[in-house]
Parts: sequence; structure tokens; C-alpha cells
Amino acid sequence: MIPAAFEYRRVHTVEDAVAQLGELGDDAKLLAGGHSLLPLMRLRLATPAVVVDIGRVEGLSYVRDEGDQVAIGALTRHRDVEISPVLREMVPLLAHAASQVGDPQVRHRGTIGGSLAHGDPASDLPAVVLALGGTLVAQGPGGRREIPAGEFFTGFLETALEPGEVLVEVRVPASPGGWSFQKFNRRAQDWAIVGVAAVRRNGSSGVALVNMGSTPVRARATEEALASGASVADAAALAAEGLDPPADLNASPEFRAHLARVLVRRALEEAGG
Amino acid sequence: MTTTESRGFVGTPVRRREDPALLSGEARFVDDLVVSGALHFALVRSPVAHARIRSVDTTAAASMPGVVAVFTGAELAGDWLGPIPCAWPVTADMKNPPHYPLAVDEVCYAGDGVAVVVATSDALARDAAGSVVVDYEELPAVVDLEDASSDRALVHAALGTNRAYTWELIPDPDAVERAFAEAAHVVSERYIQQRLIPSAMEPRGVLAVPEPFGGNLTLYASTQTPHIVRVMVAATLGMPESKLRVVAPAVGGGFGSKIDVYAEDLLAVALARRLRRPVRWREERSENTQATIHGRGQVQHIELAADAEGRVQAVRVRLLADMGAYLQLVTPGVPLLGAFLYHGVYDIPAYSFSCTAVFTTTTPTDAYRGAGRPEATYAIERAMDALAAKTGIDPAELRRRNYIRAEQFPYASAAGLVFDSGNYHAGLDEALSVVRYDELRAEQADRRARGDRVQLGIGLSSYVEMCGLAPSRVLASLNYGAGGWEAATVRILPTGKVQVVTGSSPHGQGHETAWSQIVADELGVPMEDVEVLHGDTAVSPHGLDTYGSRSLSVGGTAVWLAGQRVLDKARAIAAHQLEAAEDDLEYTSGAFSVRGSPERSLPIQAIAFEAFTAHNLPDGMEANLEASISWDPPNFTFPSGTHVAVVEVDTETGAVRIRTYVAVDDCGNQINPLIVAGQVHGGVAQGVAQALFEEAVYDEAGNLLTSTLADYLVPSAADLPAYTLSSTVTPSPTNPLGVKGVGEAGTIASTPAVMNAVVDALRPRGVTDIVMPASPWRVWEALEASSGETDKEVGA
Amino acid sequence: MRYWIEAGQVTGRGASEKGVPMRVQVRVNGVEHEDEVEPRVLLVHYLREVVGLTGTNVGCDTSSCGACTVLLDGESVKSCTLLAAQADGHEVTTIEGLASPDGTLHPMQAAFREHHGLQCGYCTPGMVMAAVSLLAEHPSPTEAEVREGLEGNLCRCTGYHNIVKAVLAAAEAAPAPVGR
Ligand SMILES: Cc1cc2nc3c(=O)[nH]c(=O)nc-3n(C[C@H](O)[C@H](O)[C@H](O)COP(=O)(O)OP(=O)(O)OC[C@H]3O[C@@H](n4cnc5c(N)ncnc54)[C@H](O)[C@@H]3O)c2cc1C
Ligand code: FES
Ligand code: FES
Repeated sequence: MIPAAFEYRRVHTVEDAVAQLGELGDDAKLLAGGHSLLPLMRLRLATPAVVVDIGRVEGLSYVRDEGDQVAIGALTRHRDVEISPVLREMVPLLAHAASQVGDPQVRHRGTIGGSLAHGDPASDLPAVVLALGGTLVAQGPGGRREIPAGEFFTGFLETALEPGEVLVEVRVPASPGGWSFQKFNRRAQDWAIVGVAAVRRNGSSGVALVNMGSTPVRARATEEALASGASVADAAALAAEGLDPPADLNASPEFRAHLARVLVRRALEEAGG
Repeated sequence: MTTTESRGFVGTPVRRREDPALLSGEARFVDDLVVSGALHFALVRSPVAHARIRSVDTTAAASMPGVVAVFTGAELAGDWLGPIPCAWPVTADMKNPPHYPLAVDEVCYAGDGVAVVVATSDALARDAAGSVVVDYEELPAVVDLEDASSDRALVHAALGTNRAYTWELIPDPDAVERAFAEAAHVVSERYIQQRLIPSAMEPRGVLAVPEPFGGNLTLYASTQTPHIVRVMVAATLGMPESKLRVVAPAVGGGFGSKIDVYAEDLLAVALARRLRRPVRWREERSENTQATIHGRGQVQHIELAADAEGRVQAVRVRLLADMGAYLQLVTPGVPLLGAFLYHGVYDIPAYSFSCTAVFTTTTPTDAYRGAGRPEATYAIERAMDALAAKTGIDPAELRRRNYIRAEQFPYASAAGLVFDSGNYHAGLDEALSVVRYDELRAEQADRRARGDRVQLGIGLSSYVEMCGLAPSRVLASLNYGAGGWEAATVRILPTGKVQVVTGSSPHGQGHETAWSQIVADELGVPMEDVEVLHGDTAVSPHGLDTYGSRSLSVGGTAVWLAGQRVLDKARAIAAHQLEAAEDDLEYTSGAFSVRGSPERSLPIQAIAFEAFTAHNLPDGMEANLEASISWDPPNFTFPSGTHVAVVEVDTETGAVRIRTYVAVDDCGNQINPLIVAGQVHGGVAQGVAQALFEEAVYDEAGNLLTSTLADYLVPSAADLPAYTLSSTVTPSPTNPLGVKGVGEAGTIASTPAVMNAVVDALRPRGVTDIVMPASPWRVWEALEASSGETDKEVGA
Repeated sequence: MRYWIEAGQVTGRGASEKGVPMRVQVRVNGVEHEDEVEPRVLLVHYLREVVGLTGTNVGCDTSSCGACTVLLDGESVKSCTLLAAQADGHEVTTIEGLASPDGTLHPMQAAFREHHGLQCGYCTPGMVMAAVSLLAEHPSPTEAEVREGLEGNLCRCTGYHNIVKAVLAAAEAAPAPVGR
């Protein structure tokens, strides 16, 4: 269906975007790739009064090698993350996970910033950035600030972004070691029923889960068990510990917990070390 | 009757002539038609499953931008002479609650229309529809079939029951009782046919264009059945049929869902008549899932009685069939289309079938690809595997022992049909050899022995279906409200070009190509000279359209027979002009010539011109080279085959992957093997989708939870395997082309093949059934239920 | 009455009040189009109803089916999940722009015909555009890559077997240039 009527404003700088958000408050929605927002608007599940299109903001689409970390502009599309030589070499987990998002058409439009700012627990990239221990950079009226990924996802479709802030950059540590991304779904184009992002770096492990709660979450019990020397199998058995996975048409909470245990084990085996 | 001999095109993979327009974007679907000044309408649909309508307030909507008119059900009640038609009262006492295009007092499913808004654009009509305020007093929802049959809560209080009818076919009850009493083995199974949403990729759409003068009206509709729509819309709206023209332009798939006469068809004509302006409606996908019919929806009980060698002596079937909230065009008849086939391809002497149909507060069901036959095939093929497990006989061997043998044809079945022809053993042999059955069984044994995480399953399914609906007298005996003939005209124009007018109405099947192949061969003319016209009641006034794999065996035969009549007439003209006896003429390469003196010859094009000038025709001959016929088939046709699915089941996650799929089909003679293969591929995909992906899910309150293609899992290329096809050919003696029909075969065969394979993989783990679709969740639950061990193994 | 705002300044393009038409400029199949559309108009509706190219179809309302796939600057996108405003200043190729002006089918279209990769044809324009984009990114894909690459396009008729065959054949024949 066609969305409900709205006012459209196009901005070309982050400052303009911030100014618009300041002026309009809750009435406004930022539009990046539009692949989370427009589907909601078409079903009239979202009816913003004003859509502020940041799609043409200059200089927000990049992947930059910064030595021990990689900086990715918020407007970088999934496709560009997927094929970035820098990411393929330095953070192959992220490049690969981006190739698993939706379908090619979605990847030609959806952005990493939109993916993170949307805060959907079923999305792939938030869990990846969590597992990597990344940092998000937000710009608001008062300038820029950094938010650790672990503090970014605050609730279902809620993030630590203040109402007037724009997400401008995502930073992830270089992680060329062992990694695995397990996405379990029924159709290739769908969101994960359960997904696992795992990375092993200098003896420590990051494991995060897709669609296992109201936010993207770390598998803390597994991470801690690994840190204290547990076997992969024992650590994996704790994957769903303390989590409250959702129920939907594809899985009960019990089945999700079971899948998490199986997929975490497979991920850790694949990541090795 | 004799079979035709190919003169060049028939039997070859001619590339489709439909394709260039479709591939270049030039083809016009309903929503592509440009009509200036057309208004758009949108329906206000009930968001609840069952409720009394207290009030409908349209004032706010009426004053919205672009709104031209708003009507409630009460306001349009006078426009209908009768309710939305159901053409198949299967029993004399069948309950058929009236269903009008817009509800007046009560809504009985989520999606039922309550009011209609007409506006200058689709967007504005939908904006305004959202502002119509309806006050509903909710009534209990009835979703579960067994619950519905208990009459705990009624869908239609006035009927006093939820049961629409009970229909039985028990030719010899004593024989059935005896067989069960004497049986060495009895299997008793309960299967669920989940509800499916047909999901043609083109949603429906209609466009009604009134003529400025004279009261004529053209209805463009995305329909499989322009002829039926014309009769039914005219009758329901009390308008002279002669004033209504129905056109099916390019139609983006149907699979049964576009057979029906729908509320929107009737509303379009009623609104165009009232407003004297063209009106159109475009269905959204999330409307399609609720306002277009669903399919399947049965609880099946099947019992087999077998002797010590596994020879089945009797089959006894009881069904509960979900009608949904109302009876659409052929809703009640769908179970009957399978009722005669629950013995499958097996020579079973005693037969008992009974079906009780129930109303639920859900979208009406109706024919979905295969209609009745997939259900029957599923039940018998799953039960045969259950019997194989029980007797310890290999499923392939068990089938072989029970098949109707080639020498038994024509075979009179215990259910009362006469099967035309077939060779089931040949199909099985071919399938087993292509799939390398013995090697697979060895691999399976090895994986089982190793306790492999991924288990292999091999599933067989042998099927026979009845196609070519249908001898009109048989339909009469089943109380069907129409005949089963098909009409065709073949006309050679003065310039020698050929027009074929067919009463079947294709929407992807390639009739233009196949019919041209038939006629080009028959008349000995180039294919490019043959044009096929269809889908417009002004061009082809007679027809019964396309469904039930009937087009080729009935419609194609009609075309060929019309061609024969044209040739008869041409022969008379040629004999007259060549001054020879008709018997002395032979017809080759498009010309009549006198036997023994080939120089005395007249090409068909010249004869057509002679028929046009009429300067020198035999006395009393009409001045045209044209024949129209309507052909009523003497019997059904009975395509058959064996499919094998090989699956890998991940016993940890429950994921099922189809590794190999082999289909061996026998559809009689093949006019175009390319099109035959395409039909099988598409059919198999839909059947696999039923087995593994698709299900219309309602919650207890009657809300459809799978109302979009994000939730209703139509699989993509990435989710399906490649298919290996082979065929056997036993021509049908029922029609001169020797053809049987292939439109539904793949759908019929594949669902049980895949489910047998999944269960086969897990049988050693104690799994005997999984409710479809066999999603990872369901597979995992089945494994959990059958052994408390599973979870421990996985964690380790 | 029209009223243009661009990020606070009145400049003419790139913004519109609720419900009020705005101007967009899109190069469609090589032809420059400049039109006024409501902001909520999706690219697919713009193409079908304003530009008048009805080859691009709509099959769903959840961005699931791919029937609406067109090329935006040479890459496949679902035109139902883009505002016409987002395509402003860009180049769009639809199914109508694929064949040569003399009517010769694009190699991908020809392969679909040769291998019977379509039946009702409703998914076909989107499927062909997705396949063209796929080959632009992966000139010689494996069968599995073709299947994965078409994961965003649903077809109810063909079971995909012949579509996959057609795409592989098109890749074999010649890496098709992106239709511009
Ligand atoms: C058919 C389909 C399948 C999909 N499958 C998957 C999948 O399998 N896995 C997956 O992870 N995702 C999937 N997605 C979602 C897709 O990845 C989205 O593109 C992504 O989640 C959002 O990115 P976007 O740029 O499109 O954001 P938009 O839709 O433009 O915005 C999303 C939200 O974030 C806000 N926002 C956007 N950018 C910023 C910013 N820079 N600062 C602050 N707020 C911002 C917006 O206001 C909006 O609320 C799918 C989408 C579709 C349509
Ligand atoms: S119309 Fe279905 S994805 Fe665009
Ligand atoms: S050809 Fe009909 S949907 Fe693909």
C-alpha cells in the first residue's frame, strides 16, 4: 500500500539533519536506505509527519582503515560493506554478515547506520557489532559522542541515540582471526530465526545473538565460560542462559534456546581456537 | 479414436509465442490498462473474525479529499439479485448461507467487506477507507475444524450447525467391513492438510468500463474464468448477459484462486453502473491473503486393510473439510474431486469415503492447484509408507505389489471410475533407476549406523489424477451446476491466415503456442499463420475456461476437432473445383491434390479465398471456411507417475534440505515438452512448498497471522532444488490427441514424496508423522516428542 | 499551490509539505523525466502511473517478492521500497529499457525465452532485472550463486528451475552489460 501522506525534507549535511530533528522533534523520522522505515510506512505501521531524507548527506559512506580499527560511515550500504577489501581483510565477519542481510536488492539500499539505529533484535549487523565490541559515533546539537555497542541497544527498537542525534559512524576493532556467522532461517531472504556472530581474538571471544531477546544480545554466559577455560561444548550449552527469547510463527522460546545452543557450538567450532 | 500423427510442430519444444510481450513489459495485466477518468475503489474490511455490525459511520470518509462516494452493505443491498454464487450444491440438503459482496448485519471472517469507498485515486480511496468507523459486537471465532464440527459455537447461528454437508461414497459397505475383519495388517492414520494461500504473483484486480450509451459494460478482470464470471455477474446483478463483456487480459497466475466470482467483480459492475464511470480496484497482497480464497484445509482419517503380503484389500477414509465462512463458486465440491481417488494407483477392491464439510470463521476455501487430488494422494501415499513400515516391506516393493497392472486398463475402480490407460510399474522402474534407489538406501543405512547428525530420507509417491473436467453427465450426477464441455472455432481467413478461438482462458500455460502447434500441424500451415484468440467473451462467447488440467485434453481437443471440420469443408470445396471425388483427394503439406495426379491440387489458402469470393462453391455451401464446435469428453483422463524426493534432515536444528528430486510423469502425448516440463517444475515447487514452507495460520481469535509474503513463506530459488524429470507415455484413448493433462501433476505428487522422505529419515528415531509444513521447529518438536534423548545429545 | 522547502531554505527541489507535490527529475531508460509527485509516491507508482511504463509490477506490500525490481544506477532495487523522491537525479532502467531499440531482446530476455523461464510472466520483469544486476556483479556464477542471487524474487509458476537455467545460459553466452 502507499504510505500515509507526509512532508518530505532532504538534507545534505549532518548539521542540517540535526537541526531538522531539533526543530521537528517526534514528528520527524530520518530516512537513510529506507529499507526498514518504508516497509513500516507502507503498511501504515509508521506514519511520520515529516520524513528527513539523509540519503544524500555527503561524506557518510566510507570504510576507512584506521590501523587497529575500521571506521565505517553510517550511510555505507550493506553491499559496500560486503565487498569492501578493507573489511574483508580486517573484519571478515562483518563483510560476510553483510552479505547475508536480506537479498541483493535490500543490500543495494540498506545502510549499516540504519540497521544499527533501527535497533531490531532480528537484524544481523547489530549482533555482529556487539560481538566485535564496536563503538558507535553519534552527532547531536552538542557535537559528537561515542557509545560502546554494549550500551547502544536499550530496548525493542530502542537505542541510546538521543532524539536529536544522528548516527554517523561505526567503529569496529580489526579482527582478522577466527570468526563465524551462523544465520538460521527458513527462506534465504528472511531475517534470522536465530543468528550467531562469533569472533575469537587474542584468546578472548565475542559471541552475540540475533533474535534471542528484545535487543541484540551478547551470549554472556558462553563468553564467561570460555574465558574461564570451559570447552566449546560446555560453553555453548550456556548460550541461552539468562535470555528471554521471543515466540513467533517460526519458533517457540524453547526452540530458539535450543537453536542458540546448537548454533553457538557450531560457530565456536568454526571460529576455532 | 485415433491419435494424431505429428507433422512437425506437435511434440517438439517450440519456444513460446507469448514470451516476447511478457519479457519486454508490453503485456497488459489489468492494472496496466489505462482508462482515463477511472475511479478507484477500496473496501473497508472487517478486522475481526466474527461480529455483529452495530453501525457503520461513513460521514468522515465521505468528506475526505478525492472521495466520490461511500456505500455500506445496507446501501447496496438492493443491487444484488442474489448472493455471491456457489455453483456446486453437492447434496440436496447442503447448507449454503448467503454471502453478499458487502456484509450488512454480520461479518464472518477477517477480511469480509463492510463498506466501499470510491475516490479519484487508489491512495485516496484507501486513505478514506481508513476513516470509516464500524462498531462491531464481537461473536465467538471458530477456527479449529474439529471444534467447528462439535457446534460448540456457531459460525452462522441461523443454520443451527456448522456442518454444511456430509457426502459419502461407499459402493459396497459389507466388502469394506469384511476386508478389515480379515486383514492381517491394518494401518490407521490421521493427517492434517494445512490451509494454504494460493498466492498467484499478480494479485487480483478489476476494471469495469460502462459504455456511454446503451447500457453495455466491459469488465476487465484478473480471472481464469471470464465466461463463468460473465454468466454469474450478469445473473447476480440482474443485467442482460448480452450487455456484459468480460475480458481477461494478461493474467499473472491463478492456481485456482482466480476461478471464483468475487465480491469485487460484482462491486465493480454495480459501482460503474451507479456512477456511470469506469471504476477499478487493485488488490493489495495483504488483502489477497484474506479476501481471495484459500486452499486445502482438511483433517484426514485413512485406514488400510492389507493381507499378510501387504496387498491392500480395502481403504476407508473420513474427512473433515474446511469450507471457511462461506461457500464460494466450487468450495463444497473440492473434496469430491478427490473423493474417487483415495485408493491411488492401487488395485484395491473395497472402498469407503465420507466427508463432512464445516464452516469456520475464516476466509472461504476453494479449488487450489490440484483441488481434492493432492489431498487424496497425500493420504494414500503417506498411508502406504505407514503400511510399509508396519509390514517391513520396502516402500517401493509394497507399491509394486499393489499397483493396478498395465493389462488391467481400462480399469474399473471400486470407487466407480474407469481409468483410461497407464503403466504404473514402468513409471516406478524409471524413477528408481534415475534416482539410484539402491545406492541411496545403502547410504541411508550407513548414515543410520554411524548416527550421523544429518540423516537421509527417501520418499516415494505414486499418483494418478483425474483430469479433463469433465463429462457433463458425470458432473450432473455430482450436482455440479455447469457442464464440462469446451468450445472452439477454427477459421481460415480469406488471405489464408488462421484464427483459432478457444474457450479456455490461459494465464501462464502457453495455450497460444500449444494450440498453434496443433492447428499448424493439422492444417499444414506455418505456425506464424495461426493466431489464437481467447479470454474475451466478445471474441469467444462460448467457453468454460481453464482449471482442473482441462485445457489441453478438453479445449485442445475441441480446437483439433474444429480443425477437422474445417478440413472437411475445404475438402468438399476442393473436390468441387478439382472435379474429383472427395475420396480421391489427399491432404498433404497444406494442399488437397488428386491421388495419382499431384499437379491437380489446391492449397488450403486458395480454398479459403474461394470460400470468401463464393464464386464457385458447391450448391448450398456457406461462404466461409470456418467451423465451431463444442466438445464434451466421454471420460476423464488419468495422468500418473512416480516422484522420488531425497532429503537431508539436520537432526540438531530440524532443517530439511531436498538433495535430489526426481519426477517421472505420464501425461500421455506431449504437444510441447518444454511447456510440460515447466508445468511439472512449477507444480512440484508448489507441492514442496506445502510440505516444507507454507501454512495459513490463524490465532484463536480468527486473525490471520500470515497475511503478507513476509510471513506466508512462498519459497524462492534459493530455497528449492533443481528437478530431474523423465516421462513415460501411455496415450489416452479418451481423446483424439491422446493427451491427459499435466497442470496439477507436480503439485499432487510432490507433497507426499517430500513428507514421506522426511518421515523416512527420522523413522528410526521413532517419528511417524510431522504436521505440515515440516518446519525446523516442527521437526525438532517431533524428535523431542519421540525421544527424550535428543537434547542431551545435542548439547554434548 | 506549490511550496518548496529545502532544509530550511526555499530553493525549489528536494522537499515538499505534507501531501503537496514536489518536483523530481529521473532519467528512465535514457530519457529525462521531470514530474511533480506527492512525496509518498513510491518509485514503482511513479514509473507505472506517471512515466507510464507498466512493465514493472507490484506483487506484495512487504518488499518480499521482487516483482518491482528495476535498476537504479545499474543496481537492482525494489522500486516499491523507494520513494520517487529518492530516485530524484538518478538513472532508472526498467524492463522496457532492456531490449535494443530495434526490438532485439537483451541476452537475458532471450535466455528466459529460450529456456522457458517464464509462464504467466508477472514476476518476469523483476526477475530479469534482478538477473541482469546479478550478472553485472558475478559474471560467471555457479548454480548455487544464481539461486542465492535471486533470493529476493518470488515466482509462483516456474519452480525456478528454468529461470536458473536461463541465467546460467546468459552468463555463459556473454557477460551481459548492464542495460543503460
Ligand atoms: C525484504 C527485506 C529483508 C530484510 N532482511 C534483513 C535481514 O535479513 N537482516 C537484517 O539485518 N536486515 C534486514 N532487512 C533490513 C535492512 O537491513 C535495512 O536496510 C536496515 O535494517 C535499515 O537500514 P536503512 O538504511 O534502510 O534504514 P532506514 O529504513 O532508512 O531507517 C531505519 C530506522 O533507523 C533510523 N535511522 C536510519 N539512519 C539513521 C542514522 N544515521 N542515525 C539515526 N537514525 C537513523 C530511521 O529513522 C529509521 O527509524 C531487510 C529489509 C527488507 C526490506
Ligand atoms: S512489490 Fe514485492 S518487493 Fe516490491
Ligand atoms: S512466471 Fe508466473 S510468477 Fe513467475
